[in-house]
Amino acid sequence: MQQVSTPSQTSLPLVKTHTRLAWVGQLFFIVLGLAVVYILGKNLISNPTLFANIFISGLQLGFVYAMIALGYTMVYGIVKLINFAHGDVFMVGAFVSYFAVTRFNLHQWPLAVFPAIPPMVGVVIGSISVIILSMLICIMLAVTIERVAYKPLRDAPRIAALITAIGVSFFLEYFGALNFVFSPRFIPYERPFEVVAWYIKGGIHQVVPGTQPPDGSITFSNILLIIMLASVLVQIFLQFLVKRTKIGVAMRAASYDKQAARLMGIDVDSVISFTFAIGAAFAGLGGVLYAIAYSSIWSQLGILPGLKAFVAAVLGGIGSIPGAFVGALIMGQAESMTMGYISTPMRDAVAFTILIIVLLIRPTGIFGEPEKEKA
Amino acid sequence: MRSLKVLSLFVILSMILVACGGTGSTGGAKELKVAILAPLSGPVPTFGVSTRDGALLAIEEWNAKGGVNGYTIVPIVEDSQCTPEPAVNAMNKVVDQDGVKFVIGEVCSKATIPISEIGTEKKVIVISGTSTAEAVTVDANGNTKPYTFRACFIDAFQGLVGAKFATEKLGAKTTFIMLDQANDYVKGLAEEFEKNFTAMGGTVVGKESYTAKDTDFSTILAKIAEAKPDVVYLPDYYNIVNLVTKQAKEKGITSAFLGGDGWDSADLDVVAAAGGYFTNHYSPDDPRPEVVNFLAAYGAKYKNDDGTAKVPDALATLAYDAANMLFTAMTTAGTVEDVDKVKTALEGIKINAVSGAITLDAKHNPVKAAAILAVTAEGVKFEASIAP
Repeated sequence: MQQVSTPSQTSLPLVKTHTRLAWVGQLFFIVLGLAVVYILGKNLISNPTLFANIFISGLQLGFVYAMIALGYTMVYGIVKLINFAHGDVFMVGAFVSYFAVTRFNLHQWPLAVFPAIPPMVGVVIGSISVIILSMLICIMLAVTIERVAYKPLRDAPRIAALITAIGVSFFLEYFGALNFVFSPRFIPYERPFEVVAWYIKGGIHQVVPGTQPPDGSITFSNILLIIMLASVLVQIFLQFLVKRTKIGVAMRAASYDKQAARLMGIDVDSVISFTFAIGAAFAGLGGVLYAIAYSSIWSQLGILPGLKAFVAAVLGGIGSIPGAFVGALIMGQAESMTMGYISTPMRDAVAFTILIIVLLIRPTGIFGEPEKEKA
Repeated sequence: MRSLKVLSLFVILSMILVACGGTGSTGGAKELKVAILAPLSGPVPTFGVSTRDGALLAIEEWNAKGGVNGYTIVPIVEDSQCTPEPAVNAMNKVVDQDGVKFVIGEVCSKATIPISEIGTEKKVIVISGTSTAEAVTVDANGNTKPYTFRACFIDAFQGLVGAKFATEKLGAKTTFIMLDQANDYVKGLAEEFEKNFTAMGGTVVGKESYTAKDTDFSTILAKIAEAKPDVVYLPDYYNIVNLVTKQAKEKGITSAFLGGDGWDSADLDVVAAAGGYFTNHYSPDDPRPEVVNFLAAYGAKYKNDDGTAKVPDALATLAYDAANMLFTAMTTAGTVEDVDKVKTALEGIKINAVSGAITLDAKHNPVKAAAILAVTAEGVKFEASIAP
């Protein structure tokens, strides 16, 4: 989907002040950028394996953010709504998989029904079923939210829908915190499959549980590979969907001009519902993978990853699908490098500083078309 | 759950009836009124029920032995909700209306602190089982509050015991400290651990902080894998411990994790945390006769919903100890009327309590052994008892 261009309505007369400030600002950001490059470079040279390990954990985080950021960017591209409830749909996805695995043993159905198939195949099919169930329930939830909370406000000012989105978000967080829903506690998450870790040192070796890999080895796990694979597949699927299919064309048309699209016979309402559904499906997928990766869930799980994915979407250029992907990877690295080389509590500060910097120097983001978005 | 609520309500009502009946009938044995302030509702009702049950068991045992100095103990149970305002109301009620001079409770430090101020003002002895904040027994000027005592050790003490266990029993030379800077409890334990571990000849090879909402600890764990410390000190609550230890196991980190009583929860992921240790007030597996007898008496009096004997938690134990401290001091003082004599006897108390042999320091904080519990994949087991 392309960045939407709307004709600018007002032109700012303050050109002179703007330019002077821009000079000071640019100098500041150049110095900041050089400092970041210097610190990272120094650490890369002094301890390359630690750098690689930190990079890998950033990669894992980045690919998860990418899946969430897609939902933000697609919905924004079409209805110009920042769907703050998106992070909470992500949380619901994690919980659905938790219930499916611990309460209903859904991940074991292939082996229970067909005991003859190899266990590996059974685990893969079982895990995929869990993911699909989570995605379906997230789709239903998101479509319901869209119908109940956003559709009645489609012609209202954009701020009304934004505030409603925040309301829906709080509703999901605190409804989920009720004891008979998800409870306010942190719940240990039981994975549908075992974690296998490897380390790289003169070749790739499997980590034997209970033993420490040798010094100077880079470790990664099957979870990282699964997250990367899922995230890349989602990207390819979306590119195909938006560029090559009829519904993709309809989405682009609705994004460009809803009225004209409607006149052309496009059912804009169902296109919007479809967009919410796709975004929610990927949020559900991301939620399951996030829970599998970090193995503890609670009702406010979605807030911070949701906000960071939103920053990623803005950084990449909100409305742009490849932008969301690239932005998310940058966010993952920014967070991971902050945790590694500054301090862990600083990471949220850095994430939101990035948001401020992007809004200051390039509000349309990396992939956005500059200066066409009205304020 | 519902039947438990109804049952506990019934117990409370019957306690109140017993208390009222006691005050109504004069003559016969002389009566000593003792108030139990416990959070029976509010955020931590299970803490309140345990505290009440522990204290009531002690009172029952003393009455069976003929009471204290010939007086029959009459308990007055009030719900203080772990919140300052209801706690103050309950305190005023028992002191002004019932004429109570001895109070066992509250559980939460934030409720015990205002109660203790009323106690200081009105000369009422307050003994808390489980309020661990330093300000419970010490006022803003650093003076010990004369009539306030507690049965538990304070937060910082666990850091000391943890360091002692790490260096002496585990033979640790290096440590890596993980802490949540925003949590006073965690920070207090971590600082005290660092101070004592260094003083005992150990080296802190790294110190990293995180926030309570973090779920991804991979970068901190990457640093731990680099530093290879003998122990990792993680004095946080079980939810963080579950995450960190699970992710550490997956990275192949073999350093032992060590923590405080925040690990003490049914929700602790024992498979992930296996191989770790934590300091706690008491362990039901401790073979000392005080513990064995207490377990038997508690289990005989209180049952779970399915009819099995209840195992007392740290809250029940410390409330039981607090009540025993009070009655032992009264016996030593030879009075239940003169609050100042009882106070002096409490200050010099020596008692073999369930949670360890207790004496009090100048700040009315117990000096006693802490239990070290080992986490195994099968569950939490008693490892050692470490005296300060």
